[in-house]
Formats: sequence, C-alpha cells, structure tokens
Amino acid sequence: MGDPITFRTDGAHEEPAVTLDAFLDQSNATAVRLEPGEDARALIPYLDRLALIEVAFPAFRDGRGFSAGRILRESGYTGELRAQGDVLVDQIAHMRRCGFDSFAPEKPLDAAVVKTALERYEFAYQKAADATVPVWKLRHG
Amino acid sequence: MKILTGNDLASGDVVWWTGTGWSRHVEDAIDVNEQGEGIARAEEGARRVNVPYVIEASATPEGPRPAHIKDRIRALGPTIRPDLTLKPADPAAGNWVI
Amino acid sequence: MYQYDKYDQKQVDARVEDFRDQVARRLSGALSEDQFKPLRLMNGLYLQLHAYMLRVAIPYGTLSGLQMHKLADIARKYDRGYAHFTTRQNIQYNWIKLDETPDILAELAQVEMHAIQTSGNCIRNISSDQYAGAAADEVADPRPWAELLRQWSSFHPEFSYLPRKFKICVIAAAEDRAAMRLHDIGIELVKRDGVLGAKIFVGGGMGRTPMIAPLIKEFVPAEDLLSFLEACLRVYNRHGRRDNIYKARIKILVHEIGIAEYARQAEEEFLHVKSLGIDPPIEEFERITAFFAPPAWEEGLSDDLDLSDPDFRLWVDQNVIAHKQPGYAIANISLKATDGIPGDASADQIDVMADLGDRYSFGELRVTHAQNIVLPHVKKSDLYALWQALDAAGLATANLDLISDIIACPGLDYCSLANARSIPLAQKITKRFADPARQRDLGELKLKISGCINACGHHHAGHIGILGVDRKGTENFQLLFGGSGAEDVSLAKIIGPGFSEDGVVDAIEKATDVYKALRTEGERFVDTYRRVGMDPFKEAIYG
Repeated sequence: MGDPITFRTDGAHEEPAVTLDAFLDQSNATAVRLEPGEDARALIPYLDRLALIEVAFPAFRDGRGFSAGRILRESGYTGELRAQGDVLVDQIAHMRRCGFDSFAPEKPLDAAVVKTALERYEFAYQKAADATVPVWKLRHG
Repeated sequence: MKILTGNDLASGDVVWWTGTGWSRHVEDAIDVNEQGEGIARAEEGARRVNVPYVIEASATPEGPRPAHIKDRIRALGPTIRPDLTLKPADPAAGNWVI
Repeated sequence: MYQYDKYDQKQVDARVEDFRDQVARRLSGALSEDQFKPLRLMNGLYLQLHAYMLRVAIPYGTLSGLQMHKLADIARKYDRGYAHFTTRQNIQYNWIKLDETPDILAELAQVEMHAIQTSGNCIRNISSDQYAGAAADEVADPRPWAELLRQWSSFHPEFSYLPRKFKICVIAAAEDRAAMRLHDIGIELVKRDGVLGAKIFVGGGMGRTPMIAPLIKEFVPAEDLLSFLEACLRVYNRHGRRDNIYKARIKILVHEIGIAEYARQAEEEFLHVKSLGIDPPIEEFERITAFFAPPAWEEGLSDDLDLSDPDFRLWVDQNVIAHKQPGYAIANISLKATDGIPGDASADQIDVMADLGDRYSFGELRVTHAQNIVLPHVKKSDLYALWQALDAAGLATANLDLISDIIACPGLDYCSLANARSIPLAQKITKRFADPARQRDLGELKLKISGCINACGHHHAGHIGILGVDRKGTENFQLLFGGSGAEDVSLAKIIGPGFSEDGVVDAIEKATDVYKALRTEGERFVDTYRRVGMDPFKEAIYG
C-alpha cells in the first residue's frame, strides 16, 4: 500500500486513527476511524477537534461508507475525510462527490487511471457533498 | 467424469476444456479427473477463459453428457429455439438435453 | 415524451466512454472478473447461461418509433434477430459479445437510450403505468415524476453500492396497472386539497420472501419528493442487511425494525436532508412535465366503430381499452402468440411495431410489465387498419389478460439462476387452452411463471402462479393460487406438493373446471378462489 492519494492542500494527516470506541472514551486524538456499521453521527459533537476521519471500506461492495462521508460533510466537518480499504478506482469519483478528499486503497491505484476516472463526467444530476453544481441548477440558475 | 467449462472472455461463448485448449463443443471435453481446479486457475490467469468451473458428466458414445439439465442446456442452446442451438439440424438434440 | 438536453446527452455519452475504458481494462486483465462484475452490471450486462445478456433501459416503459427501430437494428446487427421484453418494462438481448457492447451502447446513445443501472445493487429502471397520459382515471401523468426520479437516481454517488437492487414504481390512479405495491418503493400520485403529491409505500417485493409494501407516508408534495426518497434510501443504505443476499432488500429491513420505526427514521432523515437544498426548483418539474403534454389529438371525433369483421371485433373486445380523449383508443399488442415465446419479438416484428407507432400513435409506444406492447393514442377510425397490419405480422393475438397472456421469465432455457424451464410450460398451457372461445369463457386469468425463487415471472402476484424448482436434479413445479399485483394486491399461496411439467398443466385445467363449476355471475377465477377458498381446488387436483 502506498501513500494516501490526497486532494487536500495541507497533505494527508499522519497521526494514526483510533477506533470510534477509543475516541469516545478518552479523546485527545485528532484522528478517528469509522467502521461500516458505526454511526458517523456519533462524531458530530467533536468535528471541530478532528483533523482526520478515516472511513473503512473493507469490501468494495459495502457502500455504507458513502453515506458516512456525506453525513460528516453535511454536519460541517472540514477536516480530512479518507476512504481506506478495498477502494476501486471506479469508485473514486462517487467518493469525491460524497466528500472524501483522501484515499488509502489497499491495492495501489494507477494515477493516470484515477485522473481519467475523475475527469470522465463533466456533469452531475444530484447535489451531493462536493462543489459540483447539479444539472437542475445549471438549467434554471 | 469431471469436465471443465467456462466462457470466452470477449465473446461470451460457452467453452469446454479439450486438454490443450478450449472448444465450443462439449463433445471435445476431456475428463480432468482431479486436476480441474488447477487447470482452471492457470487458464483464467492467462486470460484464455473467464470464470471456469468443473462439472459432473457421464461418458457416452456421443461424448460427455453433463449430469445436470442446466449444463446440458448450456452445452447445446435454448430448448425452445432449436435454430439457435449448436445443432439446429439435429432432431435428436432435444432428447439429449432432456 | 422526454427529450434529452445537452446535459442528459453528455451523461450517456460519458458513460459509454467510461464503459469502453472498463471493458478494455477487463480484456487486458487490469480488472479481474470480480472487480469488473459490478461495473458491467451497472451497465446491464450479465454473463448468462449461453452468452452475455444486455438489458437496455426503457424508462418507465415509454419509447418512440425511432427508438423502437434502433432496438430492432441492435437485434439484427449484434444479436440473433430477436429480443425479449421484460417484467420491468425493459428489453433484453441474449447473445451479446463483451467486446461489442461499448459500440452497442454508443448506438443506443445516439437515440437517447442506454443500459445504465438496469442491473446491480443500485436504483433500477423506474417503472410506471403503461396507459399513462391516455387513461381517464389518472390524477396526473405519472411519467414526469418518473423522469425526475430517473435523473436523480442516475449515477447517484451515495446509492451505487446498496445492499441489493432497488426498484421504484410510480402510478397515478387507484387502479394499479404496474404492480406498484410489490416494489421496494411504490409511489401513488394523489391530490390533496387540489395539490398534487405522492403516497409513499416502502418495502414491497417478491423473490424468496414476498411482501406487500406498507404505507410509510400519506402525502409528499412534489417539492419534497427527492429529499424524502433520498432519506428513505439513506436509511436503507446504512441499515439494510449485508450479511445474507436473501435478506438484503429493503422489505426485510422494514419488516425487521417495523413499519413505524422505519417511517420514523425516514422522517428524521428527511428533516435533515430537506435542509440541504437538494430538491430541484418547481421550474425543473414544469420543464419535464411540458414534454408529457398530450399529443395533438383531433377534437370532436366519433366513438363509433364498425365491428362487423368478427375477428376484428374479438381483438377490439379483448385488447383495446377506452381512452380519455373521445374518438381515441389504447391498443394492446400481445406478444403471447400461440406457439410463441412470451415477451419475445423478432427484429422484423419490432420494426413493424415501430412503424405502426409512428403511423397510428403519434410516434409513441409503451412496454408493459406483462411483457406486451401498447400503442397509447390510436384514433378509433385507424383501429381496423392497425389490426390488419398487426395480424399480418403475427401480432394480433386477442388474448389480453386471458389465460394464454402468460407472464413467463426466460427460465432455464436462458438463465443461469433458473431451476426449471418456464417457456415450454407456458407453451403447453397455451396449447391446452388453445380454443379462443374457451379462453374468453374463462375470462381474466393472470397466469405467471417463474423459473426460480427470484420470481422474475412475478408468480407471487399471479391469480395462478407457478414456481419452477429443482427436485433432485429434475424440473418440478409448484402451483400457487390467489395472488394479484393490481390494486387488490395479494400474495399467492402454494396449494400442495409439486408437479411434473405435464402434471401442472393437468392441475391447472382441473382448477379452471372447478372455477367454472362454482363461479357466480361476474366472478373472475381469482374472485371465486377468494370466496370459496383452497379446499375445492385441492380436492379436485389431489383427489
């Protein structure tokens, strides 16, 4: 596994992420890891203290992390939101739209393929957690 | 007997392991005994076949006859469209399946 | 009907190039089959029993003559000269090559068609009433809502890796012609104090554990629809089961946590989502609605019809439905010819239907979930010429909703999931009841055959349902009675031990004899069954 792919200007957060349980117990940690079955909303009271939330994708078919990412951004989280695990290059674009700005795939991704994937779709039908203006807004202003 | 089957990756055609390669005709399939899994992995790794797997068949004078009706339909073609099967002119083909 | 603007066109064009790239990476080995499978499924490409199968989307079952002609072209050029219309209003090609699929999708994109999300664990084709825009009983045309949902659900970044497939249906009449209550989300448009809104049902489905969708919300106005559905889907994505594929649909979640709890969670999430501003402005809804304005019907046409030709009369009686505009009619084209294959049409027949749609129905056709075709806006004065043209093409079988109008999945002849062949059984049943007068005497009798528990033939919703099973390596058939996918929705019950293929045909015949012996005036088969119960039927069949 190589370095995380990051779209942030401040680079990838280096501190290891603690589990959600550990974080809620003590917590000076500024990095926490969320498993698929854990509730992202448990972190809402602490978002301004967190520099990194790592969302686990243990199996690419398990799409719960997409909801976790969006929920965190909708709740005002502005830190690094990392997708870690069985991340396929064909999922990166959707993950970006759900608010993820860094990626730690288990199997390294070809940077050229990532670039192609991210540039493929100029438009989006829905408003999501990224800055893309949805088509309905382009149509009507 | 055990025979090895799969699909051609690009065309999707149903194919059968002949011992040296892949044929579209189940009559060409050989008994892989217990080597099926190993052959499957090697052939899939070399991308000469897609999703191969071993099935049971009985040896007959016409060649291997898959044990399960699903595999026989897969070997020949849809029973309700003989014209689309591998043996459109063979009146006995339907009996072979069923 | 809806027409793409540059944004819609760019989406499908980008998707074609995306998939072309993915296919290239699969063929080069950069993608394994396991990695490629969800990607090809999201483009409707299955690896089936004989070959790759491509399922092309026909959004809410509506298409133009031009699009229908393209579907015929695809059948000729890339397949084996025919195609199959499905129980979700889509079309399937059975003999597709992977390396030609990007070109097929490119050709479809030229006529505003695609195969996006017709498979996979994502939101599928939005289905609707095949008589939309023509039926007098609808409160509004449901299709603008369906189109809004089609766009919302396409490439949805949060809901592309759901626990399982997700099927949505929109209708707008009390009469349910689209099996709405048997969908993951069913939407019924209603008016409340003059305002148009939606009743939302969540948690229906067939398969291993059939369920009728309960009402989750009484009224959602148009401006809240997408937020509410977003909330419903998010609850499902987060909490639907992922440990067992047979327990992964939303119906299981609703059943396990309870209707009230699911409704509460959806409402809570809705209040949050509503604050995000994801709903398009009303102008977008109006823009889409404008595409579904009625065609330029002539006014003041006569409703008279010369029925002196007896064969024409039989076809009109059975297949032609009243239209809301005087002088017009809704014409059903049966794809259930005797000795035919339910839902299949040759490329030539598809071209004929396309031409007839252009000539007699303002260029518009529909696909029904019963695997038939509809010409929704035919002038009554054109019906005779239409019928003659259909008859010449083998498309004039006068059997709508009769026992030979069988819904049958492709079954073991085509499908690697199947346990038994459904098409030969459908043909045997049709042959047994070949006499058209006998069929008309039996009246409305919705017979549905599934080749396996996945229930693509909707057997749970059949007045008579048949389920193919594998009994020790031999095909065997379970018989069920009393289901309905209409507004009198009910799930069919199995009657007893299974039968051989010939045995189940005999059993059905005995059942129809019981029906005829016990029926009262105006009762359909399913009505008599509901009144007298299973026992008289079991007695006659099992002795």
